[in-house]
Amino acid sequence: MRHLTFRTATTFLLPLLLLFSVFILLRGHYLPGGGFVGGIIAAIAFVLHAFAFGLRHTRKLLRVSPMLLMPTGLALAVLAAMLPFLQGLPIMTSLWLNEPLPVVGLAGSALLFDAGVYLAVLGVALTIIFTISESV
Amino acid sequence: MITNLIILPVLLQFSLAIILLFFWKKIEIQKKLSIVGSILSVIVAGTLFNTVYGSEILTLQAGGWMAPFGISFVADAFSTTMILLASLSSAAVSMFSIVTIKKARMKFGYFPSFHFLVMGLNGAFLTGDIFNLYVWFEVIIISSFVFITLGGKKVQIEGAVKYFTLNFLASMVFLTAIAVLYGLAGSLNMADLSGKIKSIENQGLVQVTAILFLVGFGIKSAIFPLYFWLPDSYHTPQAAISSIFAGLLTKVGIYALLRVFSLVFIPDEFMKTLVVILAGLTLVSGGLGALVQTNMRKMFSYLIVCHIGYMIGGLGMFTVAALSGAVFYLIHDIIIKTNLFLIGGLVYKINGELNMKRMGGIYANYPALSLLIAVPLFSLVGVPPLSGFWPKIDLFAESFTTSNYFLLGCFIFGSIITLLVITRFWSEAFWKKMENRERRPHIRYYDQAPAYEKALLIIPILFLSLISLYIGIGAENIFRLSDTIATELVDNSAYINAVLGLSK
Repeated sequence: MRHLTFRTATTFLLPLLLLFSVFILLRGHYLPGGGFVGGIIAAIAFVLHAFAFGLRHTRKLLRVSPMLLMPTGLALAVLAAMLPFLQGLPIMTSLWLNEPLPVVGLAGSALLFDAGVYLAVLGVALTIIFTISESV
Repeated sequence: MITNLIILPVLLQFSLAIILLFFWKKIEIQKKLSIVGSILSVIVAGTLFNTVYGSEILTLQAGGWMAPFGISFVADAFSTTMILLASLSSAAVSMFSIVTIKKARMKFGYFPSFHFLVMGLNGAFLTGDIFNLYVWFEVIIISSFVFITLGGKKVQIEGAVKYFTLNFLASMVFLTAIAVLYGLAGSLNMADLSGKIKSIENQGLVQVTAILFLVGFGIKSAIFPLYFWLPDSYHTPQAAISSIFAGLLTKVGIYALLRVFSLVFIPDEFMKTLVVILAGLTLVSGGLGALVQTNMRKMFSYLIVCHIGYMIGGLGMFTVAALSGAVFYLIHDIIIKTNLFLIGGLVYKINGELNMKRMGGIYANYPALSLLIAVPLFSLVGVPPLSGFWPKIDLFAESFTTSNYFLLGCFIFGSIITLLVITRFWSEAFWKKMENRERRPHIRYYDQAPAYEKALLIIPILFLSLISLYIGIGAENIFRLSDTIATELVDNSAYINAVLGLSK
């Protein structure tokens, strides 16, 4: 697996895949995509890296433990659900910004929720794959 | 915000579980957070109960989407009572877990799963949408899978396979029933369905759907003949885990049955007869199962099955008084069954044995503790004025007035069996002389534990026993509550109006 071609390709593919995952996350509100798929694609990027360079390097690249990504993602999602409380609205009401953000477009609390899903899925997928490949 | 108060019990447990996930490896912090969070949730549940009981039904339309299109959360007297009971018993179990769950198991996310489970329970009690109810059931069973396999012993996996298969089957049946119902009525909101179901032409198919729901919930709440997974799996996990299973997991099935069959499908004569027969057979077969067991925890598991019959019987008769009895029994049963399994855990710690024949000497060694344990045991049997006695008055009287003599016979049979079984347990474990046996090295015995651990073992049992005592001695208040709930169940217009916003 650790062939030079593969390793070189991975160094180029990793940032591309990560960018693509963010793109999928952002387009998910009206078009196919969203946090779940985005998270899976991001996980693929890191798994590819782990295959090419070994788990130790991937963990170093990630900086945070994937175990920490899960609760962070969940916390973001809950936060998005609870944001309407500030305005006295029922839970999970969609709130929208008045002005579109640059690059992202018109963002709302749904995006925050989706970002939470993205992180949670990334965390779960990486935890599972890392644990399995470490125990083999 | 008053309406968002409804969802707070769910959000609190969810946030707590997330915070616990952040402290994945720091067990000491997890223990403290779990206790604090459980106490907080009791306060929240109490507040919610106080706001709802005696005044109006609160509703919350998630996301601001109006019923019947969005998901409604409804807090009426019944659901808030259930939430209060769930938070009380989960607080006791959380405390009991601290000293009884092994460190190795805690490391694999015991406390986060525990709070996810309670979140699922709270959600199931609050939701007014039948598909959402299914989702909460899934949350509950996924968390319970973690519990039932935590530890990974062979006997546990065997129990888990049965538990997993049957619960998955139940979910499938439940989901199918929802799909058929949606196809028939075009709605998933229970209050909305209540009106639509009567105008469906094909009442035969409605009847079939009702049976599907009965089967789905019946497996979950362990009704005859769908109960055999329960005694096979509930005795394998540790005491704290099986007590939360015993106290709440089967009861959430009962709650769903009472809710769905009072709101969506109003039982007709055929349904009533069917449920009454099932209730009777549940009482008899569960009782007989308990009678032949020598394993303490298996016997307790069969007692769960046996006592499910009382609540189902109340549903089967479907009068205000019978439902009131069933609800009273439900209130009593949640607390008592949680406590029973905690006591099982304590007795195991004292004796190091699960086989009743090899137990003994608890009364001689711990007289005060034995008296404490006597309270829930006698409540379970139904010695007046303790809590098990009162709901039985209603149930017995109603089976007379509705001339369900078969059910009456089964009720009496169930009570006698319970008396016999508990008496035998008492004489074997408490009064019999303890033989001197070698101690097994891998068990942490009760008398070797430091004082604070003993306190953490006793306090939850004491706490739940006090609640049982209150249910028995303050039965007047509980009767008033169960009457209110039963009246609301039979006359569901207040619930429907509140959800659909018709009263305004």
